[in-house]
Amino acid sequence: MALIGPSGAGKSTLIRCVNRLVEPTQGTVRLAGVEITRLSKRRLRSARRSIGMIFQEFALVDRLSVMENVLSGQLGYVGFWASWLRRFPAPVVNRAFELLERVGIADQIDKRADQLSGGQRQRVGIARALLQNPKILLVDEPTASLDPKTSRQVMRLLVELADEHGLAAIINIHDVALAKQFVERIVGLRDGAVVFDGSPDELDQVVLTEIYGEEDWSLPKGRGTGQESDQEEGDPVPVGAGESPPSSGRALVVEVS
Amino acid sequence: MPVDVVHGVPVWRKRNRRQTLLTYLGYLIAAVTVLVAFRFISGQTLWFFVLDAPEQVADLIGRMFPPRWSYTQRLWGALWDTINIATLGTLIAIVISVPVAFLAARNTTPHRVLRQVAMLIIVSSRSVNSLIWALLLVSVIGPGLLAGVIAIALRSVGFCSKLLFEAIEEVNPRPLEALASAGASGGQIVTYGITPQVLPAFAGIVLFRWDINIRSSTVIGLVGGGGIGVQLNASINALQWSQVSVIFAMIIFLVVVAEWVSAKVRGAIQ
Repeated sequence: MALIGPSGAGKSTLIRCVNRLVEPTQGTVRLAGVEITRLSKRRLRSARRSIGMIFQEFALVDRLSVMENVLSGQLGYVGFWASWLRRFPAPVVNRAFELLERVGIADQIDKRADQLSGGQRQRVGIARALLQNPKILLVDEPTASLDPKTSRQVMRLLVELADEHGLAAIINIHDVALAKQFVERIVGLRDGAVVFDGSPDELDQVVLTEIYGEEDWSLPKGRGTGQESDQEEGDPVPVGAGESPPSSGRALVVEVS
Repeated sequence: MPVDVVHGVPVWRKRNRRQTLLTYLGYLIAAVTVLVAFRFISGQTLWFFVLDAPEQVADLIGRMFPPRWSYTQRLWGALWDTINIATLGTLIAIVISVPVAFLAARNTTPHRVLRQVAMLIIVSSRSVNSLIWALLLVSVIGPGLLAGVIAIALRSVGFCSKLLFEAIEEVNPRPLEALASAGASGGQIVTYGITPQVLPAFAGIVLFRWDINIRSSTVIGLVGGGGIGVQLNASINALQWSQVSVIFAMIIFLVVVAEWVSAKVRGAIQ
């Protein structure tokens, strides 16, 4: 699911309310039946383990190695001293290797995070989030710091991985074309209120005007809607909009009210 | 913002008329203050002695040369003491200032009251010069190296804590958010998120302070804190100016070496 809307509409705030990086002033957030907003600090900490988050500026610890950054996804499961001594359980470390292999940066394991390129850094961020064994992914502007090509690769990877793990993902995104290309449901936000909720196909110029305000939304001729350029690259949209949106296998039971 | 219209053409000026007048008034007040202050100081000065100064300096330098280089033999021990006072004092300061800094930093302090306590420690440590700490300590625990080491440590705690807590407050909060969102505890956020970010700053602060401490520990002996200052004091009292010049040369040598070491090491840390 993609969350779109103008700057200041409350996309980031909404996504951060889900794991209470921002405390909601009112209302409730329920994740798979658990009311996140009611949890004590301690319970919230363990609830956060099942909420993976991916950030705009990657939010890696620059001076730690790639492996340490990925393993930090497990901090919620490991005690203080064990984590301080970098003693993570063997299955976790194996899983970290697998994930790094899967996101395609297995050869960078011992590098420091700040030595990587933007795309590679976001892949570390993705591996870190997945190592949490999350039930849901919160993705805050995953491509805003990346070039167009890397953006597509990262989005594709994200959607593929969410599919592989049967994960629901809420993706905050500025780039409407990118959103339409990769997701199966789009929610439009304006001034903190939902003004659109539907499939990418339903997102037309009228709706865009409603979300963002008056603007000429037509693309120059030959550019199409983003779907065309996608077909040129020869990669099918992994999650077709036609396949049963919010598919039943997913635990997307986030209710925000 | 103020735009004057001169001959029908708008002209942008940095200040409007009122601000310009106030600025000139400020200059005037400053100039008058300087003149008045000079008259006052001049009235309290014995110009006879001041005008005499060049002769006195020439005389002093004359007595310092030639330096009695053979005296160097007896200084190595004191020089070694000086280095040790600075180094041990810095080490003790590190041990104390790390927890103080984490208590003082807004983003890591467990409680507002604890932050105030930490700030009090920092301010009281910083507001007293290490020479004065040494004076106090010499009268409390007696003259010697220990008083010097503790004096240096006490003065350094404030310095190191202040710079370190500022570094802690300036860390990038995004990675900390990421760790928190993975369910990390407060302690884990400190070890995984904050420590790696402040480590280079911390190393730089410590080396910088060590370098300052080398310089302070050369004079701490003047009040009985041990080190090369003891010899300096004795030589001045005995009017042995040819020994004083040797000590000066050694202090300069030591300070230059310490600065060089600290600059080299800080440059190597990234």
